Order: sequence, then C-alpha cells, then structure tokens
Amino acid sequence: MSLDRVMGEGYFTTTIDALTKWGRANSVWPMPMGLACCAIEMMAFAGPKYDAARFGSEVFRFSPRQSDVMIVAGWCTYKMSHAIRRVWDQMPDPKWCIAMGACASTGGMHRCYGVVQGVDNFLPVDYYISGCPPRPESIINAILKIQDKIKEQQSLKLDS
Amino acid sequence: MNTEIRDNLLHGIREFMGDDLLEMNVDYVHPLVRIKRDRLLDACRFLKNTLHFIYLNEIIGTDRFTSDDRFEVIYHLISLRNRQRLFLKVRVEEENPVLPSVTDIWKSANWNEREVFDMFGIRFDGHPDLRRIFLPEDFKYYPLRKEFPLLGVPGSLEMPTSTPDHD
Repeated sequence: MSLDRVMGEGYFTTTIDALTKWGRANSVWPMPMGLACCAIEMMAFAGPKYDAARFGSEVFRFSPRQSDVMIVAGWCTYKMSHAIRRVWDQMPDPKWCIAMGACASTGGMHRCYGVVQGVDNFLPVDYYISGCPPRPESIINAILKIQDKIKEQQSLKLDS
Repeated sequence: MNTEIRDNLLHGIREFMGDDLLEMNVDYVHPLVRIKRDRLLDACRFLKNTLHFIYLNEIIGTDRFTSDDRFEVIYHLISLRNRQRLFLKVRVEEENPVLPSVTDIWKSANWNEREVFDMFGIRFDGHPDLRRIFLPEDFKYYPLRKEFPLLGVPGSLEMPTSTPDHD
C-alpha cells in the first residue's frame, strides 16, 4: 500500500467496519440469565478451568445495559418470560442471544403447562446449545459461533 | 420407632374420634388416619393440643377422579416430642370443594392451603389471604385436576410478543 510508505513504519490501514467488528467479536460480554441447573455449567465456563477470558467473554455483566449476549440457561416459565423480555429489551444494540440447554431451546423434559416450550417463542435466538446440561466447552463453542456471526454478518451500517 | 408411643397415640385418636374415624392404616411406616370432614378442626385441635403434633409439615391435595368425594386433602403432621409422623386425611366432594382452614391452629398452613387452592380449586373457609400462590391471579383453571390437559390451555397464560419493541 502506498499509504504505508507515506506514514512510515509501524502503521497499517484498515476500514472502520473491520476494526469495529474485530473489537466487538473479541469482547462479547455475556448477560447471565441463569434459571436452572444450566447456570452451574455457565459458571464453570466463566471460571478458571475453562477460562472464558481467552475469548474476551470473562466479564459477566449482571446489568443488561453493559452486556452484548444473553445466555438463557435453564427452563423458563410463562411468569418468568416477561422478566426475561424486559431484561432483553434493556440490552443495547447490537445484541445476541444464546439458548443454552434442552429446556431453553425446546422446553426439554418440562413438557407441561407452566413452561415456555423454547425461549425462541419470544426472543430472537442466535445459537442453540444442545445438552442437558451442556458441557462448558459447548458454551465456548457457542461464543465462538457468535464471534463468527459478528465477523461475517455485522456491519456498522446496520447499527444506525 | 417406639411402637408403644405410637399405639398410645393411635388409641387416643380412636377414642377421641369415635365413629367419625373412617379409616386407620398402620401398615405403612407412618400411620394414616381418615376422618369425617365435619370434625376436621376439632381433630386438628385435639392433635395439636393433646397429642403435641405441633408441626404441620405439608398439606397435600389429590384428585382421585371418582364421582363421589373426588378430592382428598392430606395433612402431614409431626410430633417432635414423640418423634412421630401422622397423615390426616379428609375427602371433599367435587361440587362444592370447601374445607375449614387450619391457619388458626398451624401458621404454616397459610401457604400450603394457598397451594392446594391454586392447584385443585379447593377453597379454605377462614383463610386470611386465599389467593393463587404460583400461577397468575387471573388464571382460570386448576392445573393439577385430572381433566386439565398436560400442555395447558393455549392462550391461557400470557407471553411477551415476539416482535422487537423498537421497530
């Protein structure tokens, strides 16, 4: 690039879009929506053994206003669904959602009148994790998939 | 378990209830006693004051799905002094499922009776605050009754809309 020659050693050029996506993808802060036993595996994911800090997701924010991805971990009742939706609506755009485990994805074994049969009935879920409960590695995988999604599909033009 | 204490307790109950004692089952580890509905408060006071069943552990409701005396309410009592448990049963009919509340005798009956009301629609006369405890207050059905469908009645429980709020 000619600009490199103009600006000298130690500089490189890129686009704002690529830079933002790179930053966003490597600092996906989760909002833990721990509802049942999946939350325990989610905590293991954040702990030192599985070390979410390798992927920039170690900062669990208990305030929805500071987080990027919501991990719905556990079964969700109809009564709880309103609270989850309020938390989701408070998260700033752009935001992503992971349905963790069989219960959050489909209702799982809680096939009964009080449990929502999958949180995708009222949330736009980006990634479903299978398992009951899933291993912490699965959550790492989900975070990596979310990172791929950010890198491939997100653009500053979508933000506006 | 001390069988002598238990036999004394059961003898006391049998004497007090007389003909109103409908069923007494001692085959299980803990005795089960079924009495007439009218004598429920009477029997509870006797069990607490005389036989020292001071701890009401839980109240269970059952739907027997029979044409007469459809529902059964089971009071699980514990006597700490005698190290003894007792299950006290009463049956309620379907048309007018009302029982006297035992909240005056055991404070812990409050939430337990609310749960039985929530799940079976059995009303408790004299309860200080008989509202639904788990389900929304405007819910119309009683989910643990046998005729209630497994997945519920569609649309009876409200869910947030799936459309984003800011569009």
